[in-house]
Amino acid sequence: MKDSTLVVAGMATLAAGTYAFRLSGQLLRARISFPPRATKLLEGAAIILLAALVATTALTQGHGFSGVARPAGVLVGGLLAWRKAPFLVVVIAAAGVTAGLRLLGVP
Amino acid sequence: MLRDIALTCLAVLFIGLSYGAIAVASGFPLWVPAAQSLLVLAGASEFLFVGIVAAGGNPFAAALAGLLVNSRHLPYGLALPPGVTGRGGRRIFGTHLMNDESVVFALAQEDLPRKRAAYWACGVGVLICWPGGAVLGALIGSTVHNTDAFGLDAMFPAVILGLIVPDLRDRLTLRAALAGAAIALIATPFLPAGLPVLLALVAVLLLPRDRGAQRQEGAP
Repeated sequence: MKDSTLVVAGMATLAAGTYAFRLSGQLLRARISFPPRATKLLEGAAIILLAALVATTALTQGHGFSGVARPAGVLVGGLLAWRKAPFLVVVIAAAGVTAGLRLLGVP
Repeated sequence: MLRDIALTCLAVLFIGLSYGAIAVASGFPLWVPAAQSLLVLAGASEFLFVGIVAAGGNPFAAALAGLLVNSRHLPYGLALPPGVTGRGGRRIFGTHLMNDESVVFALAQEDLPRKRAAYWACGVGVLICWPGGAVLGALIGSTVHNTDAFGLDAMFPAVILGLIVPDLRDRLTLRAALAGAAIALIATPFLPAGLPVLLALVAVLLLPRDRGAQRQEGAP
């Protein structure tokens, strides 16, 4: 491994900075009083963030395309969730479809 | 709800396995994924950190890249109603439990006590399963290196998608979420990791009709 001290310093930076992000949003929120409609907007913003996270983790790897198998599995999971399938079914189906496609040689 | 949280934590454990295995296979000693998973407790940024340093990158540059990925925790903190993460001294610990999973479970609940219960149950579960998985994965090492064969990489997006589907039944939210997802995807080839997801927040502009409708109901 590289110089341990440097790695530890990098890890500490990441840990401390992440905690600061976790705290600062809450502190901002506590300081300002939001009207109900702004609260709804903030919740909507969180859903948008999560949706973007789903899209990027399902479809991309690094800066490129992840291949077909993973997004296909996630899509099947999403459709099942839309049809109100149990959560367990959703997650297992997503992994299962992805694994099955890869078994068949789909990237 | 508890069953869903347990399953989510199980998925986190599996992803942790692959994280620990990859970290060790990249030449890091066991304590790196162990400490990292416990103290950072944000999977994507840890994968990125390990990947960049293993490729010869500067650990500070890797930390900055990880922070970019984790910057979404700031809007998460804005979205959570005050009190969900606990009050007083408990909040110091509760804040550390903020992650994609605990936030999405909290948002899905109706009232504050339920939101708080879901947040803490999921947060503590992830606090146990993520480092636990990472350490196990590091111990097992390269034998589980190819977790992709089991489709485990599809689990994280499926978990999050499964949890936000109820919100997406609202048309305007769906429209904004799809736009945000499209923005993030288009930006991914050009921007450093983490920024595309933040850029998706532009889609908040597609939520205004909701505001207008509520305004008509009368000012408080």
